[in-house]
Amino acid sequence: MSPKSEERADRRYCMPDPLAKLTDETIVAQISPGSRVLDLGCGNGRLLNLLRESHGASIQGIELDRAAVVQAISQGVPVICGDLDRGLQGFPDGSFDFAVLSQTLQQVRHPRMILREMLRVARRSLVLVPNFGHWRVRLDLLLNGRAPVTGSLPYEWYDTPNLHFMSMRDFRDLVNVVSGRVVKELPLIGGRALEHAWAANLRADSALYVLEHA
Amino acid sequence: MSIATSSVASSNPTPPSAAEEELVENTRADAQSVGIVQTKFVDLFCPPNELVVTNGARLGPVRVAFETYGELSPAGDNAIFVCHALTGDAHLAGKRRADDRKAGWWDELVGPGKGLDTNRYFIICANALGGCQGTTGPGSVDPATGKPFGLRFPFLTVGDIVQVHAQLVRHLGVKKLLAVVGGSLGGMQVLEWASRFPDEINAAVCLASAARLSAQGIAFNCVGRRAIVTDPNFHSGDYYDHPSGPNLGLSLARMVAHITYLSENSIEKKFGRRLQHSEQLNYELMHETEFQVESYLHYQGSRFVERFDANSYLYFTRAMDYFNLADAYGSIEKALGRTNARFLITSYTTDWLFPTIQGVELMNALVAARRHVSFVELTSPYGHDSFLLEVDPLAELLTPFLEQTLLASRRKSQS
Repeated sequence: MSPKSEERADRRYCMPDPLAKLTDETIVAQISPGSRVLDLGCGNGRLLNLLRESHGASIQGIELDRAAVVQAISQGVPVICGDLDRGLQGFPDGSFDFAVLSQTLQQVRHPRMILREMLRVARRSLVLVPNFGHWRVRLDLLLNGRAPVTGSLPYEWYDTPNLHFMSMRDFRDLVNVVSGRVVKELPLIGGRALEHAWAANLRADSALYVLEHA
Repeated sequence: MSIATSSVASSNPTPPSAAEEELVENTRADAQSVGIVQTKFVDLFCPPNELVVTNGARLGPVRVAFETYGELSPAGDNAIFVCHALTGDAHLAGKRRADDRKAGWWDELVGPGKGLDTNRYFIICANALGGCQGTTGPGSVDPATGKPFGLRFPFLTVGDIVQVHAQLVRHLGVKKLLAVVGGSLGGMQVLEWASRFPDEINAAVCLASAARLSAQGIAFNCVGRRAIVTDPNFHSGDYYDHPSGPNLGLSLARMVAHITYLSENSIEKKFGRRLQHSEQLNYELMHETEFQVESYLHYQGSRFVERFDANSYLYFTRAMDYFNLADAYGSIEKALGRTNARFLITSYTTDWLFPTIQGVELMNALVAARRHVSFVELTSPYGHDSFLLEVDPLAELLTPFLEQTLLASRRKSQS
């Protein structure tokens, strides 16, 4: 974190990003061994590599950032350098068992299109989103009148890669719009993924959704 | 690796000169050179085991000119075959003689510590069947008649070229290549190899290429061939014992083709409307090299005829036109789905001869076939020639890709 963002963190709530270990474990737990998995925005290929090694998964990544693409290739992870906002048109329907989109939906320009495409190309979609409905975000807005920022992305509102702010309830709306069905909702609260949590939309920093086409 | 880029990479308005005759010049430090290399020759497909080409004709023996760099590992698992493009040859890297002005055509990529690292890999390159740089082609003597084949040379396909390459690889004691690498027509060979000999490669690296040549590509080839066959010195392909071959036609073919290798932007930056000989327009119709770009193309054309055979040009461009992976195997997906090899595919932003959409088509077919595929569209101003020129961004991908392929193949052979 830069000094500037630390200073800012003093006076405003900064949504913590769930630890990679936690999100990885939560996602991996939803994927059956031997599956064919597509990771959208796969970064350096960490999750895919894990899935291949521990789950014998057949893997494919997509990543926009060239440096991350080179890192993924350096782990032997197959990766397509491409922009999610240009869609997955060329991929046949149902060509993957799982499509994963972790901490990325809020950053793409067309979340609805991406979600539709995921539901089309994969039998199941795993989507991890930040929950801007968290009570600290609400309180910060109420008391300080400040818009939310996230931990690993200590950007100001005018240069943040986060283009969309949604709560868990908001996300469910989008799932309905794209004719999806929520198979499972796993709020991440206090460093754990909970299957049944009360007032999740107030308490969760983020949530993992398992989706299917309705 | 930093070092200088090739002459074309420079945006300085220098007039075409001998130093610019080729797009790829040896500019790397000597320490990264493979040094002095020798072209070797081997006769394959000796009767009665002649090569049977696609149209059923038999050909043999087939002499193959090839070069190798680096050492084959004791396990024989580090061999990489490089397929040259339309006008390339076996001389991939290094120099044949210490005082050669130029190094091999991909010297910037091939050598100790380079993208195709000769300290780690055993690299093979051969002149393609039908060529004119040492491998049997239309200019070779037909053993049946004692005269050059000319147009009696059998019709060639990319598949026939790859058959000979694969036979050479086996002859060199390599059972399975670590990778086969190529751009343009070389990339077509890579795809053919993956489809035809799926179990003989661990990886396929296909640059600025496609599963088929576009209508536009066929159209340009058509113009080139027309220029050759209508040259009065063509003599139906039997020009070898004449004082001169169809040089005008061949050089015209090269001039047209050369334009398709560049981009609108690179040619504009390099030449613009600058004049070649004076500051002012001459108002003289037959002054053919008034503009620098004209002079450059004329120079490219006339240098080309010194090293290339017109008949080989006809055969190779036709092989390119005919290449169509989907036709041959049902679909691209079926063709490439035959192999478990890992694929690395690149396209280039300004390549209009093999545009990105054709690379994307390959990538999509591989995803549909559930193959291991990495695809990157590289940003480059140099048009189709980018695959030869953009060595550093290619090496950045190639180095980890090959390393991981070798690791995976060794892990597999141990288990």
